[in-house]
Amino acid sequence: MEKNSTGSKEVVLQGNEACAKGALYAGCRFFAGYPITPSTEIIEMMSGEMQKAGGAFIQMEDEIGSACAIIGARWGGKKAMTATSGPGYTLMQEAIGFAAVTETPIVIVNVQRGGPSTGQPTLSSQQDIYQARYGSHGDYSIIVLAPSSVQEMYDFTVRAFELAEQFRTPVILLADEVIGHMREKIKISDGSKTIRSAKQKYVVSPQADFFQGENTLVEGQLHDIMGRRIGHIATKSGEFITNINKKIDDHVDVIADIDTYFMDDADVAIVAYGSVARPAMNAVKLARGIKDDRIIPKFKILRDLFKKGVQETIQTDYSHLQVGMVKINTVWPFPEELLREATRDVDVVIVPEMNVGKYSREVERVLKDKTVIPMSKCGGDIHTPSEILDEILKEVGVDE
Amino acid sequence: MNKLYEKYIKKESLPTLFCPGCGNGIIQIAAMEAMEKLGIKDEVACVSGIGCSSWIPCYYKLDVMHTMHGRALAFAEGLKLAQPDKKIVIFTGDGDSLAIGGNHLVHAAARNIDLTVVLVNNYIYGMTGGQKSPATPKGSVTKTSPFGSIDEPINGCKLVMALGASYVARWTTAHPVQLAKSIADGIDHKGFSFIEVLSQCPVQAGKSVFGEKDAATIMQRIKDNTYMHKDGKTPEKGKIPIGVFRHDETAEEYIEKIEAKLKEQGIERG
Repeated sequence: MEKNSTGSKEVVLQGNEACAKGALYAGCRFFAGYPITPSTEIIEMMSGEMQKAGGAFIQMEDEIGSACAIIGARWGGKKAMTATSGPGYTLMQEAIGFAAVTETPIVIVNVQRGGPSTGQPTLSSQQDIYQARYGSHGDYSIIVLAPSSVQEMYDFTVRAFELAEQFRTPVILLADEVIGHMREKIKISDGSKTIRSAKQKYVVSPQADFFQGENTLVEGQLHDIMGRRIGHIATKSGEFITNINKKIDDHVDVIADIDTYFMDDADVAIVAYGSVARPAMNAVKLARGIKDDRIIPKFKILRDLFKKGVQETIQTDYSHLQVGMVKINTVWPFPEELLREATRDVDVVIVPEMNVGKYSREVERVLKDKTVIPMSKCGGDIHTPSEILDEILKEVGVDE
Repeated sequence: MNKLYEKYIKKESLPTLFCPGCGNGIIQIAAMEAMEKLGIKDEVACVSGIGCSSWIPCYYKLDVMHTMHGRALAFAEGLKLAQPDKKIVIFTGDGDSLAIGGNHLVHAAARNIDLTVVLVNNYIYGMTGGQKSPATPKGSVTKTSPFGSIDEPINGCKLVMALGASYVARWTTAHPVQLAKSIADGIDHKGFSFIEVLSQCPVQAGKSVFGEKDAATIMQRIKDNTYMHKDGKTPEKGKIPIGVFRHDETAEEYIEKIEAKLKEQGIERG
């Protein structure tokens, strides 16, 4: 552990641990949860850390209760979070809608596993990409962040809390098993007790927490500014629904975050999010003829095997392949403008994802003038760099 | 409006959506009287679920959370843990807490967390139009038990007592004074307080459970079907006991248990 002068330190953490650390740094002081693979390390860490930080922790009887308890705690003035995976996330959907309608800032972490149903508890997927956006009944907009490294697990957790307060909305951290269980060296704030100073600009005015003498009515029915129910009045109800959608949809410019790599001269772009952005990045590097030592394993047998493969790849000079990558960090609301701008000069877009090809439909909707190739992979294994490279080669017509 | 009403009820939210003759008004006033007696208006918040009884607190000049069906207790536990010094009163019904929210009732009672639950038992799903609830008497013909209900009704008081709730009482809407005292005692009590109120629903239960539309007659019948509980007294067959079944000040409360454990382990809170 080395300290530096910027108030941050370097540590090796697991993704789930980094998420817990990020929450502490963001000022989270209430955690309610229920154990579920592959997110359990978050509740394990929070069970001790919340108490030590002067906050509160409760292991609830189910995930429905967990999501409800964090909403209750937030109205009690504590920043609050829960963490879960597929089946638990499904159970939380009604409460997510409640938080959207009552404009309660909460953070929910979904470390995705394979579904449907009990599915594949220990394997990864990106199958909840639509549920994260559309899971609860009714029309609402929501913010969803997808980390693709342990560092981002930390950083995005911090940002999730900021966005939640800024927009008075539930924010989903949509991680997956690969990121949750991976260990990497990352930079975190020095000292677990630091609460990040809130410099955020509010898009939606802050509301009084309970016990401030404001007689706040938190109401799940559609309601007016005073909390009075308006569910029986069509025009007012329509306005309400428009408003809770627009407050997010009209501020995509504030929320949207993408990273671009090698896009300056690219003809082909990989659009990826979450853990799949990692093999996608390696595929781009291979296509560009860049040797990445970090992808060579430590163990001798594996190394020899791997070297053989890599050398074969590297012997082929792909450096003329103009391939780039767009990594989407804020998967919802969909960063339409940024993606359009980043891929302006691209003809072909490849979208690798660990589901039946859901997000590629959204990419296709936005990039109507491009050839969008979905690259679906189901079953729990993440795409390999060579699989993605093969797809690139197929698209640019290189014959090996 | 009388003074108590002016202090506690948001005029602009009236009229209530309760049907004529509903027991909710009596319970609403009893809870107001309890809060007034304790002088804790600034220290109390209410949480409710979904159903007729869950509308009781929505008219109060208080911080109120009108939440999801069955989940009031889960919201309340989060609020309580965030603000352990405050008093939280939960309004719920037989469907809300004995059916869909049963799991939360079970665990909140077992934790003996310092919450006060007022469970309004009107024997029926009123808001949806008269379907069988977990408290509907056996044999009742309701919209979803057209041949007569076959289920033994669930006894909420017995359930939470078995789990360790430390204040448990049952009254009827014909006992408003005793009810107000019990709600006050429940709020004052440090631990899980559970107060069941047998209430009249002249519209729905009137049709399917009592075969009677008149609110006062139903109230009388509910009252006549009860007897005062006293420790050691033989239960009256076929009748429902009312009164205070448990008031245990020695039982350790959930948040006290957390604090004790942290102290025992020498954990300093930041």
